[in-house]
Amino acid sequence: MKDQLFYGKGLPYLTLNNLPGKLIVIEGPDCSGRSTQITMLKTWLEAKGHAVLDTGLKRSTLVGNVIDEAKKGNILGKTTLSLLYSTDFADQLENKIIPALSAGYIVLADRYIFTLMARDIVRGASKEWLVKLFGFALVPDMVFYINLDPETLLHRAFSKYGHLDYWESGMDTHLSGDMLESFKKYHLLLRKEYEEMSKEYDFIILNGKENADKMQSELRKKVGDFLEVD
Amino acid sequence: MMKKVRGLGMGKSYPGKLYVVEGCDGSGKSTQIYLLKKWLEAKGNTVFFTEWNSSELIKESTKKAKKKNLLTPTTFSLMHSSDFADRYEKLILPHLRAGYIVLCDRYIYTAFARDMARGCDPDWARNLYDFAVKPSLAFYFQAPLDVSISRILAGRPQLKYHEAGMDMGWSTDPVESFKIFQGIIKKNYDQMIDDEDFKVIDATLSIEKQQIIVRDIVKQNLEDYKMPFANKA
Repeated sequence: MKDQLFYGKGLPYLTLNNLPGKLIVIEGPDCSGRSTQITMLKTWLEAKGHAVLDTGLKRSTLVGNVIDEAKKGNILGKTTLSLLYSTDFADQLENKIIPALSAGYIVLADRYIFTLMARDIVRGASKEWLVKLFGFALVPDMVFYINLDPETLLHRAFSKYGHLDYWESGMDTHLSGDMLESFKKYHLLLRKEYEEMSKEYDFIILNGKENADKMQSELRKKVGDFLEVD
Repeated sequence: MMKKVRGLGMGKSYPGKLYVVEGCDGSGKSTQIYLLKKWLEAKGNTVFFTEWNSSELIKESTKKAKKKNLLTPTTFSLMHSSDFADRYEKLILPHLRAGYIVLCDRYIYTAFARDMARGCDPDWARNLYDFAVKPSLAFYFQAPLDVSISRILAGRPQLKYHEAGMDMGWSTDPVESFKIFQGIIKKNYDQMIDDEDFKVIDATLSIEKQQIIVRDIVKQNLEDYKMPFANKA
């Protein structure tokens, strides 16, 4: 059972008496299979009679198009980008996640603050600053992390998109002028951050190399046990 | 490797000068900073000016979000911090590092005063702007509440929703709400004077008198300033 509602100062202007819902987060890099797992989990939970909301780091209407526009032209500073993502996240939290939890939903969050922090730390942000910044985030009931080596990620990215994406390869971090090299280095650095956080934030680590069905069984078992106990 | 923490300002010093003006709306600060700019330019300085909520990139979104009433105190705060960060990273910081003079109509203290008025945690709000450098001088144009309010209400026929703090539910009447909101903001500013080392200017003095005081203080501060290049005689 978690002993605090928020990671830090929270949302002081909100009185949250009772959040009967459950917040389950699935973290991991792009192409780790998160979306697949969430879709399957949602189906299973709904079959068992739970109301489920599936949300993610998809753009909120607040700043989504600003981020997209700016990324096209590489015209954003790193701190600005970081703050825009956090605005996005805050919007999702307050307008989607908390209301759903208040209504007793199980919220499956496709990524959470951990990806935002990992990405920004690799770009030179102060971890202390980020931890305080995200103090308004709710503490999830469970956090799963799909661990996958950069080599496998690389091939999945090719297979999913047909090419490498500038941002997902971390090209803006200037680790290498070569996209392939950059991808590998970038994801190695990201993974290191996730691994550190997995201890700090009690991640349940899933082996990304497992086949999807096997991973789903593991997820269902853990989630099922948690919901039963609670 | 990008492991080095982004050196954006915390505790750093720069060859340029950063002068900011703060105060409630209607305090006359914008007039003062405009006159200061003219004076500095007349002395041959290259001066860059920026004002609150002016990031080309973000202000459209902010406007839309405000119209649709989609903002909570946290998202309101974060949107404004994004706007500020954009101007800071692109305009303010590079100019300071290059040795120019930067004038800001409103700085991070505006965010503190307003965000706290909306109920954001003060430590959280402070941490948000941790990346911003401390100004060379921060002027606080202090006026009694009724003076600022009467100036604004005289000049503006209709108060905007968020400007009046209507999202806070203090009153259904925009004017009443505005008075309450500005009152809290003023209180927050007053409480910052010592900690943030504000140079307090009595905003009820004549425009000319205020400007003389401001120029005196700036003149002293400029004693250790070297123009980045000999661009003017």
